Amino acid sequence: MVNNVAEGRGLEMKIAVRSLDDATSVIELNGEIDVYTSPKVKDAVGSLIDSGVYHIVIDLAHVRYIDSTGLGVLIGGLKRVREHGGSVNLVCDNPQIRKIFDITGLVKIFGIFDNEDAAVRALK
Amino acid sequence: MMPTKADEILLTIPRRAEYVAVARLSVAALAGRMRFSIEDVEDIKLAVAEACTGAISRGASLGENIALKFESNDAGLDVRLVDFAPESDIEELRGVSSDHPRVGALGTYLVLALMDEVRYEPSGSGALDLVMSKRQQLG
Repeated sequence: MVNNVAEGRGLEMKIAVRSLDDATSVIELNGEIDVYTSPKVKDAVGSLIDSGVYHIVIDLAHVRYIDSTGLGVLIGGLKRVREHGGSVNLVCDNPQIRKIFDITGLVKIFGIFDNEDAAVRALK
Repeated sequence: MMPTKADEILLTIPRRAEYVAVARLSVAALAGRMRFSIEDVEDIKLAVAEACTGAISRGASLGENIALKFESNDAGLDVRLVDFAPESDIEELRGVSSDHPRVGALGTYLVLALMDEVRYEPSGSGALDLVMSKRQQLG
């Protein structure tokens, strides 16, 4: 388990990475993903991919807000793992955040699930 | 019925990423006070944050601060972000459609998709103001 906390001026993004096996991990995000915090998320996703993990579940269940820079990080991660035959699934049950994926059309490129079990099962 | 006078709130934040949250939380508080629905408040909050993020990336040469003017009136909320981008960006900005999102222009697309009306106006200083409005649903 790796913990990475981005903190400053009242903004906080907690990131926890949990390995399921050599090629599969879950990244749990807790906080608000915006232009200030998204570089920390990008670093966490990038480090995981650099270490050879290409099947990733990103758990957004405790994310209260995401903007286009956060979406860009997710898209960038997906592009990188696909180069290695990998995939990224998301856990998200927040209707406002799902709406952002809907209106940007990203529901078509990400698997989005209500819980982690379903997201992990769908990676295989 | 005569429309009531608009209330005006001015907010200036440093043109830096860590202050975008200040703008979005401020406009969320105002929109909530205006009794927008929770969904509309979230839309306004994200649109204003995207506008500020765009102003940080596009307007680095346009001053150290971002000035926002919020105007609440009978019809809804108007937000003006002063000196959003250089005037030379106008064609690129107008090229973003609210019909199809495009990676690289997601922020501008979201502003168009979430607000009822969006336009760019010359500020007179070689820059463009971004003006966006959200109308209140009647009933």
